[in-house]
Amino acid sequence: MTLQKVSEPAMSAPMLEIRDATKVYTLGGGMFGARSQMVALEDFSLTVADRPATITTIAGESGSGKTTLAKLVLGFTPLTSGQIVFEGQDLATMNRRQLKEYRRNVQAVFQDPFGVFNPFYRVEHVFGLIMRSFRLASSKRQARELIEGALNAVGLYGADVLRKYPHQLSGGQRQRIMMARAYLLRPKLIVADEPVSMVDASLRAAILDVMLRMRDEQGISFLYITHDLSTAYQIGDQIYVLYQGSVAECGETTKVIDGPRHPYVQLLVDSVPEPDPNQKWGGDIELPEDEEMAGSTVVGCRFYPRCPHRMEHCLTRHPPLYHVNETDHRASCYLYDPDVTVEQPRAGGS
Amino acid sequence: MTTADEHNGGPVVLDVRELRVHYETPTGDVVAVADIDFTLRKGETLGLVGESGCGKSTAAMGILRLVQPPGRIVTGKVLLEGVDLLGLSSERLRQLRWTKVSLIPQGAMNSLNPVMRVRDQIADAIRTHQDRRGNAALRARVMELLRMVGLSGRVARMYPHELSGGMKQRVCIAMAIALSPTVIIADESTSALDVVVQRVVAQTLLKVKENLGMSMIMIGHDMGLMAQVVDRIAVMYAGNIVEIAPVHGIFAEPMHPYAQMLIESIPSLRERKPLKVTEGITHDPRNPPPGCIFQLRCPYVMDRCRTERPLLLERKAEHVVACHLYDPAEGE
Amino acid sequence: MGRFNVWDTPWLNPKLIIGAAMVAMIILLGLLGRVFWDADLAFVATSPLSQPPPGFTNLRGETGTWAHPLGTENAGRDMLALMIVGAPNSLWVGFVAASIGMGVGIVLGFSAGYVGGRLDDVIRLMTDVTVTIPALLVLIVIQSVVREISLTDMALLISLFTWPGPTRLIRAQVLSMKESGYVQMARLSGTPTTRIMFQEMMPNLLPYLAASFIGNAAGAIIAAIGLEVLGLGPQRVPTLGVTIYFALESAAILRGMWWWWGLPTAILAFIFVALLLINLGLDEVANPRLRRAQQ
Repeated sequence: MTLQKVSEPAMSAPMLEIRDATKVYTLGGGMFGARSQMVALEDFSLTVADRPATITTIAGESGSGKTTLAKLVLGFTPLTSGQIVFEGQDLATMNRRQLKEYRRNVQAVFQDPFGVFNPFYRVEHVFGLIMRSFRLASSKRQARELIEGALNAVGLYGADVLRKYPHQLSGGQRQRIMMARAYLLRPKLIVADEPVSMVDASLRAAILDVMLRMRDEQGISFLYITHDLSTAYQIGDQIYVLYQGSVAECGETTKVIDGPRHPYVQLLVDSVPEPDPNQKWGGDIELPEDEEMAGSTVVGCRFYPRCPHRMEHCLTRHPPLYHVNETDHRASCYLYDPDVTVEQPRAGGS
Repeated sequence: MTTADEHNGGPVVLDVRELRVHYETPTGDVVAVADIDFTLRKGETLGLVGESGCGKSTAAMGILRLVQPPGRIVTGKVLLEGVDLLGLSSERLRQLRWTKVSLIPQGAMNSLNPVMRVRDQIADAIRTHQDRRGNAALRARVMELLRMVGLSGRVARMYPHELSGGMKQRVCIAMAIALSPTVIIADESTSALDVVVQRVVAQTLLKVKENLGMSMIMIGHDMGLMAQVVDRIAVMYAGNIVEIAPVHGIFAEPMHPYAQMLIESIPSLRERKPLKVTEGITHDPRNPPPGCIFQLRCPYVMDRCRTERPLLLERKAEHVVACHLYDPAEGE
Repeated sequence: MGRFNVWDTPWLNPKLIIGAAMVAMIILLGLLGRVFWDADLAFVATSPLSQPPPGFTNLRGETGTWAHPLGTENAGRDMLALMIVGAPNSLWVGFVAASIGMGVGIVLGFSAGYVGGRLDDVIRLMTDVTVTIPALLVLIVIQSVVREISLTDMALLISLFTWPGPTRLIRAQVLSMKESGYVQMARLSGTPTTRIMFQEMMPNLLPYLAASFIGNAAGAIIAAIGLEVLGLGPQRVPTLGVTIYFALESAAILRGMWWWWGLPTAILAFIFVALLLINLGLDEVANPRLRRAQQ
């Protein structure tokens, strides 16, 4: 798997390009009430190459904007500004036919393996929908074969699961059926939004394994959206860590998690509970309450209130992404701005 | 019976013996909790770990006698400081609940009353179980509790929807410790929270436990979190406790094949390993197989496992496991 | 909990079955009654006047005969025939008004919920305004101006007021279902909008639709009875409400002719209990927590 150095031209034409995507939600109000704005995602850019297939992790906690990103890429909500370009075509300008083609190429696996099934129908209904929409098979027999093949690829058998109702299957089985459904379409990209967080620990490996095999054997790329850094570390190629709507750090997954540069990412990696009783968490940490309750409206770097390395300069404007070394490992922090003199950490820093 | 535990550490505050809970269904009883034994010492934190559906939450409800139909407690003794909770009258038990043993149930933060202010809800919990304080004393106690869990006084006047997940969970902790119980049971208290918030809440729980000298049972499925927080771990599978050991011991050398499987499947943040794929519970909960409950998934299954149920026996110091592999007669 | 056997379905709960059976009885009364009894006796001057049911005596000292098992009223209508014709008529009004209300509700509710935006604002405004209009008052005014009205026309007029309820209900359900995982999956599968509405959402709405329909039907029947009892109903068509109107007009209570006002009232009570039971039964289907735990 090759990395792209930022200065070199792309290895192959980008499949998906997100350019400076911004999504602002207006909340509240009514006819006479005041409205407030919430910036869910700001100036987000990302490129997924056509080849080789990669798993790009979008990591973040709640409020980071990762769910918004999923909705934007899947076309469930429009951008406020910026562009999402798929194989050269801007998502916002697609007509119905192009949108259907987009749906064929960009699929999803969601977090809740129960809610995605219509409780009124048996499980086979989800396959029926795509069979009909995309005319994947020319006969019933061919359809059955395709479905069986997809189920086998995820470790299931049609006879066991197809005629059951969703509530009769386990969470792991349901999630695998969703992966089989996505597999059936042979999309170019699958947006996997927290696919294993609601699945038992012992079954997670099975689902992640399916993702890896789909990447390696079918050339399907993934946008793996999660808050769990451990699973990201195991399967992600590239990682983008989001914090309150902006990228805090991005680069090759192992490099970012082994050596995080952004203070937030350092805190995050440090807080993942290590399954080794000899390596406990460093010390107690505090969370300032305004931070907890609402996204900070501070101008400049949003991590300022919690940052142990904060400086005056951080309040001027939101830091752009700086390279931390020669690869594409970048962090959005003034500590890495070659023109800024780093002040000594303040005594009162949290 | 786990005899090892009585030798070390402080006095035993909670002694659960052969607790069995069944759920009635039209086609037969589901065994949710099958004769579990464990003890809890003063000041220690015991982690109860297992995948979803293994019966750990049911066990917690059983201890507090909060099991609702169609569930029912079949047999067992739950000795809290020597008093059998399962043999008490409802009135006496109600007096003990919250004052001696309290519970932070699963999803507690979503069960906060949305139309009551935080201080009123905490006050309510106190008043329901011990209605002797006057208003001023009550208010002071509420503020003190909020401080103990690291929340500012401002939170008292707020409504639950104004708080973040971590703050709501800490309010639930405040309610559970309000009457300074001896034992607190925390069921999946950090499951729905972000990584950093999870750390804050877990550390809050520990701090509070230390300061008040309480003992805690922490129920969850995140082994990583357990490693950070608990003193001993009890591993549960399909209603049975299969291994209990000090936390260092179980991570260094897990003895039961299921415990080994659990620990191996934890994704690491240190190195990339090939993923180990396993299946979920495979037997019908209405019809558990005779003999060892884990036989259908065990890579080391022997003939004996299919007929004879292994007992929870001490195989190393303070390390008990229910598995025929460690029977000296077998010589594995 | 899985379905252990096919008879275990929540739709077969006692309340729903009994309620449905009761409604079926009324319908059967209407259908079979016409076969075994002469329906023409429901009209004026076909029978001896003011006969009580057999075994009873009226104020004039006449005893009832089995020729008229439920007695007759003072214009010569046979009570049994009146019930046979009138009871199903009342059900008919309820059915028509509720159906129209449901139909309009589906169209408007889905549009408002799924499309949203301006359309939603407009529909919501219309609904909210219609709900505040005092329905009975308007109906009384209309029907007092229009001299002669048929049963179906009356049902249609009542329908003017039965559509806001279903519209609101469906809109609310559609709004919440729109965010559900399976609707999003259907969108991702390229399923066209109409298909999503009718194939994905509608089946999950069925218990709510059914309950709303029954509630609406009951409400429509009450409105119709109200109008009829005030004398504004279809005068030439035998219905339960009109019968009560005539009974009151002719001071049946004073004259001790309890069978005249008592029978339609009893049948009405029967109908309403039936509808209530169906509603409760449907509640159990829609809300699993109300089901009695299996012992």
